[in-house]
Order: sequence, then C-alpha cells, then structure tokens
Amino acid sequence: MRTLTTISEVLEYCSKYNKKMSEVFIEIEAKRTNKSCDEVFDQMRKMWNVMKESMEKGIADDSLSPSGLSGGDAKRMWDAPAIVAGDVIRRAIARAMAVSEVNAKMGRIVAAPTAGSSGILPAALYTAAEELNVDEDTIIRGLFVAAGLGIVISLNASLAGATGGCQAECGSAAGMAAAAIVEMAGGSPEQSAHALAISLKNVLGLVCDPVATLVEVPCVKRNAMGVVNALSSAEMALHGVKSKIPPDEVIIAMSKIGRELPESLRETGEGGLADTPTGRRLRKQILGY
Amino acid sequence: MGAADSIFEIIGPIMVGPSSSHTAGAVRIGLFAHGLCKNPKFVRILLHGSFADTYRGHGTDKALVAGLLGLSTDDERIKDSFKIAKEVGLNYLIETTDLGPRYHPNTAKIVLDCEDEKIVVIGSSVGGGNITIVELNGYPVEISGEYPTVLIMLHDVLGALSHITKIIADAKVNIAIVKAARVSFGDLMLAVFENDSSISDAVLKQLRDLDFVEWVRQVEACA
Repeated sequence: MRTLTTISEVLEYCSKYNKKMSEVFIEIEAKRTNKSCDEVFDQMRKMWNVMKESMEKGIADDSLSPSGLSGGDAKRMWDAPAIVAGDVIRRAIARAMAVSEVNAKMGRIVAAPTAGSSGILPAALYTAAEELNVDEDTIIRGLFVAAGLGIVISLNASLAGATGGCQAECGSAAGMAAAAIVEMAGGSPEQSAHALAISLKNVLGLVCDPVATLVEVPCVKRNAMGVVNALSSAEMALHGVKSKIPPDEVIIAMSKIGRELPESLRETGEGGLADTPTGRRLRKQILGY
Repeated sequence: MGAADSIFEIIGPIMVGPSSSHTAGAVRIGLFAHGLCKNPKFVRILLHGSFADTYRGHGTDKALVAGLLGLSTDDERIKDSFKIAKEVGLNYLIETTDLGPRYHPNTAKIVLDCEDEKIVVIGSSVGGGNITIVELNGYPVEISGEYPTVLIMLHDVLGALSHITKIIADAKVNIAIVKAARVSFGDLMLAVFENDSSISDAVLKQLRDLDFVEWVRQVEACA
C-alpha cells in the first residue's frame, strides 16, 4: 500500500474498500512502518495525551511569556461564561490559546502540523468530542484523518509558514481538524474532504507576519481563529454544504499563493503586523534591534 | 514543512516550543552533530537565512546548543541550554552567515573540533520539526535523521559497497535508504546508510577494519 497523494485518491480508496479515512490512514502507516495497527494507534494516543496536558496547563497558567507578548488570555477565556459566541466557541478558543501560550513559554506541545498552529487540532477535536459525546478513541481516529490529509497537503503544497505563509500552518491545521470532526460526527469521507477545502478557502492568502519574529502576535489569536474556522467548516460540510472548487484544486491554489507571497510575509518578521509602528517598537524592545 | 510520508511527521513531534522549524528542527540538527561528535573541544555554529534573522525570538540558538548537548526536542531544559553548556564545559560560538541562495532559509552550519579531526555539518530545518542534513565535510547528502544512520568514507574501489552491504545484512540490519557518491573520480566516496535498526559496535569495527574504509560513524535517530 503506497501513500495516497491526492484527496481524490484518498476518496477513491475509501469508496473502493468501503473504509473510513481513519482506517485507511492507520493501515497505510502500519504497513509503511511494519507495525501493527494497534501499535500505530497507541503511538497516536501518546500524542493525544501530550495535547491534553498542554491544554490543561495553558488554561491553568496565566503567567506571561518571556517576551511579555502573550500569556493569560487562555485562562481569561476559560474562567468566564460566553457572552455572544456561545459556550462551544468559547471553550474551543480558550483551549487553542492555551496550547499556543504554552508553546510561547517553551513548554511541551505536539506540533500539529507545526508548533505555531499547535492549538487548533487539540482544541477543535476535544471540544467537538464534548459536543458529539464521543469517546477518546474516536478523537484519536480523528487525529489520523487530520494527519493523513496533512500528508496530502504537504505533498501538493506546504505546511510551513516560511514557505506558504499562515494559510499553510493555521489554514492547514483548521482544514485537517474540520475533516477530522466530520468523521467523528459520522460524516462521509467526501464531507471530510469538503470541510478541509472550505477551511482552506477561508484563509487563502493569510500571511505569516509575527511581531519580533516570535510565535505569539498574532499567532495565539490565529489559533483561536483556526479552531472556529474548523468548527464552522465541519458544521457546513455535515449539513451537506460543498466546496464548489474541488479540494485538490484548493490545495494547489494555496500552494501557488504561497509561492507568490513575498518573503517579507513568510515568517521573516519583516512585513505585515511586524512592520507596523507598534510591531517595530515591540521588536526593538524585545530583541534590541 | 516539507513533503511528509509519515502520519507522525504531521502530528508530532512532541516538542518544546515555540517553533517546530526554528526550535525543534534546530534541536535535531544539533543532535545529529552530537551524534557525530559527543565531546567536541569547540563548536562553531553558523546561522543562515531565516535562522540568522530570527534566531533570538525562536530560541534557535538555545535549541542548537541543546541538541549538541544531547537533549531531545521535548526536553523542557532546552530554554536553559546555555547554562547547561557552561556547566558541562561545552565551548561554542554562534555567528550569522550567508551560505548562498542554494540553501534552505532555515539552515545551520556546524563546525565541530573533535579529538583529531574537524567535522562540518550543514543541516536544514524543512518544517514541522523535520530536518535534512544536506552536507557533510563538503559532500552533498540527504539525511532525515529519522533512522539510525551509518556514514562511511571509503576509497572508490570496485565492489566496495557490496562488501559493506553484506556486513550490514549479516548483522541482520535492514537498510531503508542508501546513497553513495564521490565528488570526483579518485576522491573518497561518502556512503550513507539509513537503517531500520542500529548496528552494534562490533559490526561498526568490522566496517572500520575494511582496508578501503577510511572513516565510519553511526548517528542514532534524533528524536
């Protein structure tokens, strides 16, 4: 069994063998690494356990990061009730920010797909699982859906802010999470693919412009944005909303846009928010240049 | 991050932040260098491209030093690596440089002064914590650090590689990826074997004892 390189191939394969995306990706990984499906599943369980720890730690810890640019917002979101966006959104945002803040404090997280976007998948899947009332194994299967589709994105576009901007990191993470939530909710592989496409389309062109080159401003809030994007895209796809542009074409569009972004907007900390008067002042204050 | 083939390149690694490419990837480049030379007398670290521009913010410098100390990507002591280096007597110098446009923006060149030789490693952090070692002592290579890796400098004599692969096979070690190249005719060749398991010291000695082999190193998979 070889790696599936496009979304169409993944869908054909799922349909031909009447399998869920998670089953297909678990089997491919097991085959590729000469391990049993159970071993591969347990390996993912370890990832999930660290993800949970990072959410808990971030929600409880309101200290500031060494730069002082982030910290405390996850707890702020967690401790008070929702005002306008509803409690699902509030909890999801708090959890995404929690992981992102832990990351900024050089704490332990799981890159998913990157550290900069590491809050989106755990927060989206944890919160969706609460709403759907599904067990932890269902979440772990969801992580395989996310990772398998992440491989497809990595083969046809990029998952790095330095190559493709924030669309490649937070956009991909949101798309991967949306597809995972769809399967967790009992949706079809096609619906997962549309959820992925919708999430990606929502953030095409999003630049990576971190202030003082730190993974904090705007990254912590972009993680919050990503989790909401994932939930809304999954909701649409589960209701039968489809992406007019096929998922594979959306991924190629993202890749092209990434290549067309100037270097100043690809994680160099030179353009965008980093190049605002306040961004420049903070850089000088923190980095000394 | 670059093209992935494993589920756990996408979800993973478990790592200490803030940046998979600028922190975790940097630790792994450092770890690869550590695998080549455990106790260098001196290490010169040259940061290229985005590494040079942004290393302070992402702790890339601390991460590379942490790797050189043998700390793994999920070790929460990475942020204290300079202090640990001082305690254990690891001497290093961090500089910025421009290696030229053919190198990935997130690249570090590490010059290790070992006991009786100098080893030069160039590694790129290609995203999501994944790395590619692209040059070793001037030889172009392509090493992911995902596997235990055996590096052999040898004289380009007829049948040399078949001798080596037989010894590895007899040790019941399976080769996952192999690349071998010489820079020009008559030069030493560098052969790189990325294996499914590690080779024992006894077998490494067997390889070292081959009369056409000049140099052998094994670097464990750097997590």
